[in-house]
Amino acid sequence: MSIELRNVTYKYSTGTAYEMVALDNISLQIPDGQFIGIIGHTGSGKSTLIQHFNGLIRPTSGQVLFDGEDIWGEKYDRRHLRSQVGLVFQYPEHQLFETDVLTDVCFGPKNLGCSEEECKERALEALHQVGLKEKYYHMSPFDLSGGQKRRVAIAGVLAMNPKMLVLDEPTAGLDPKGRDDILDKVKELHETRGISIAIVSHSMEDMAKYVERIIVMNHGHMPFDGTPREVFSHYLELEKIGLAAPQITYIMHALAEHGLAVNTEATTVSEAKESILKALGR
Amino acid sequence: MGIVKTAKLIYDYIRYDENEKEETFRAIDGVDLEVEPGQFIAVLGHNGSGKSTLAKHLNALLVPSEGTVWLDNMDTRDDSHIWDIRQEAGMVFQNPDNQIVASVVEEDVGFGPENLGVETPEIWKRVAKSLEGVGMTAYRKHSPNKLSGGQKQRVAIAGVVAMQPKCIILDEPTAMLDPNGRKEVLKVVHELNREEKVTVILITHYMEEVTDADYVYVMDHGKVVMKGTPREIFSQVETLKAYRLDVPQVTLLAHELKESGVDVPDGVLTTGELVDALCRLN
Ligand SMILES: Nc1ncnc2c1ncn2[C@@H]1O[C@H](COP(=O)(O)OP(=O)(O)OP(=O)(O)O)[C@@H](O)[C@H]1O
Ligand SMILES: Nc1ncnc2c1ncn2[C@@H]1O[C@H](COP(=O)(O)OP(=O)(O)OP(=O)(O)O)[C@@H](O)[C@H]1O
Ligand SMILES: [Mg+2]
Ligand SMILES: [Mg+2]
Repeated sequence: MSIELRNVTYKYSTGTAYEMVALDNISLQIPDGQFIGIIGHTGSGKSTLIQHFNGLIRPTSGQVLFDGEDIWGEKYDRRHLRSQVGLVFQYPEHQLFETDVLTDVCFGPKNLGCSEEECKERALEALHQVGLKEKYYHMSPFDLSGGQKRRVAIAGVLAMNPKMLVLDEPTAGLDPKGRDDILDKVKELHETRGISIAIVSHSMEDMAKYVERIIVMNHGHMPFDGTPREVFSHYLELEKIGLAAPQITYIMHALAEHGLAVNTEATTVSEAKESILKALGR
Repeated sequence: MGIVKTAKLIYDYIRYDENEKEETFRAIDGVDLEVEPGQFIAVLGHNGSGKSTLAKHLNALLVPSEGTVWLDNMDTRDDSHIWDIRQEAGMVFQNPDNQIVASVVEEDVGFGPENLGVETPEIWKRVAKSLEGVGMTAYRKHSPNKLSGGQKQRVAIAGVVAMQPKCIILDEPTAMLDPNGRKEVLKVVHELNREEKVTVILITHYMEEVTDADYVYVMDHGKVVMKGTPREIFSQVETLKAYRLDVPQVTLLAHELKESGVDVPDGVLTTGELVDALCRLN
């Protein structure tokens, strides 16, 4: 399944004194099976952008096409769309509401009309995938720690077996191991099931390590769109719009300035290591 | 005695299992902590390790199940000190949106001292000074809701500063921020620590934010399992990984180069240190 945004503009509070253009004439194509990252300063429009992907909000002008079909067309089944494009919200609290963790994760599949047995099966699998221990399954989601809540929210969406997964800052508040585990899991789903992935993140390091394409947002515009390597080569421009490159990029540039013949395009620890070993003649 | 001290601190949450039977969950399990006035302390630990529970003890939002917590020599169990404790130990949380109470920045910042019963002229003095301190004077008449995440978080910090605390506890203050916002907030916190001698306790999942701390505590399942300077802590890459943690990218790169036989020291913390070490070899 592919998504296309054609000249999408989105305004909050239209017609009032507080009108706010959050997306300004964005055109964008996401082909089937891509793993993309979305970065941008706070308030740049990332969350607004991705809520267009599953029809949660309607563009003020412009079109959103899913497999070529306009999702705001008269006969389009947006309910079905929402079951196919799973969206994990930025704040897990906005997504948790049931009295215990297991019931909460069952909610999605139940809504899709699954039998009770299948709901439970899917929920257990999803909870296992996000690495939440069994002893928490019967607790209220609101009594969990920050990172535990985030895992439950992600499990809730995984349990719906979506064809595309859209994650709004899924690793905020997760411990480093949890960050890697969730991203590895997402990558595995991408590779084994061919699910398309879109991730919003403030971690340039994670973007460099996982995604194949980065979209940069700045005040409702999209100044860069390319591979991590291409995008991070603009690190000085990125700094001007509240972003940065991964720490590795700075290390490599500093080494090059000091006369070491390293590859300044390296963005991950393993690329950097290889390049430095080579430069040192090892 | 230190400004913050805990002795054999234990905290049990009471929760109910599937059969409504009461059970206790030990979130803090014998923690001894001693923080000297003016220190900058960092606390690391996996999701659910007890960091937030510990933080809530420091300004008496929670009181110990067993053991004792003193804030500036006041036992947090002693009700008669509760207001003094809340004034001396200010808290900043992860989500900047949840901390905003007023519709104009300067009123938001003045809310804390007003609640403490400070006289109006003094409130305005403090508001002006604390906004200056976090670099937000130009925004004093703005609506906090229209600020970026980093700016909101700086306003939240100003609100705490206006209460003239001796100690500020920040529970993942940068989790929702872009790279720039993260830098801004850390800069402000370091300045308060250096110039105003405010004691800082920073809880974070970002290892790079910890490299400038005086002392680091690592928590695991309610216990303190490692403590030391950042260099001592980050020299132990494998041990940290076993506790679900990580090291800054530059430290990891240095560690991996060392494993490949390159002669670099343990516990490299900055790009400058790594560049120096490698240039000496070249
Ligand atoms: N419900 C709303 N009403 C009015 N304005 C809004 C609303 N939601 C967002 N905005 C504004 O629209 C702009 C884009 O917001 P959006 O949430 O898409 O940004 P973001 O890139 O996701 O930011 P962050 O990194 O802080 O999550 C911001 O200026 C924001 O203040
Ligand atoms: N209100 C509560 N009732 C019952 N158990 C709780 C409650 N709040 C927290 N816990 C449990 O206590 C443990 C410690 O939680 P705490 O919030 O202190 O962890 P944390 O280290 O701050 O984690 P995180 O990094 O995810 O924020 C967790 O296992 C959590 O599930
Ligand atoms: Mg957002
Ligand atoms: Mg916490």
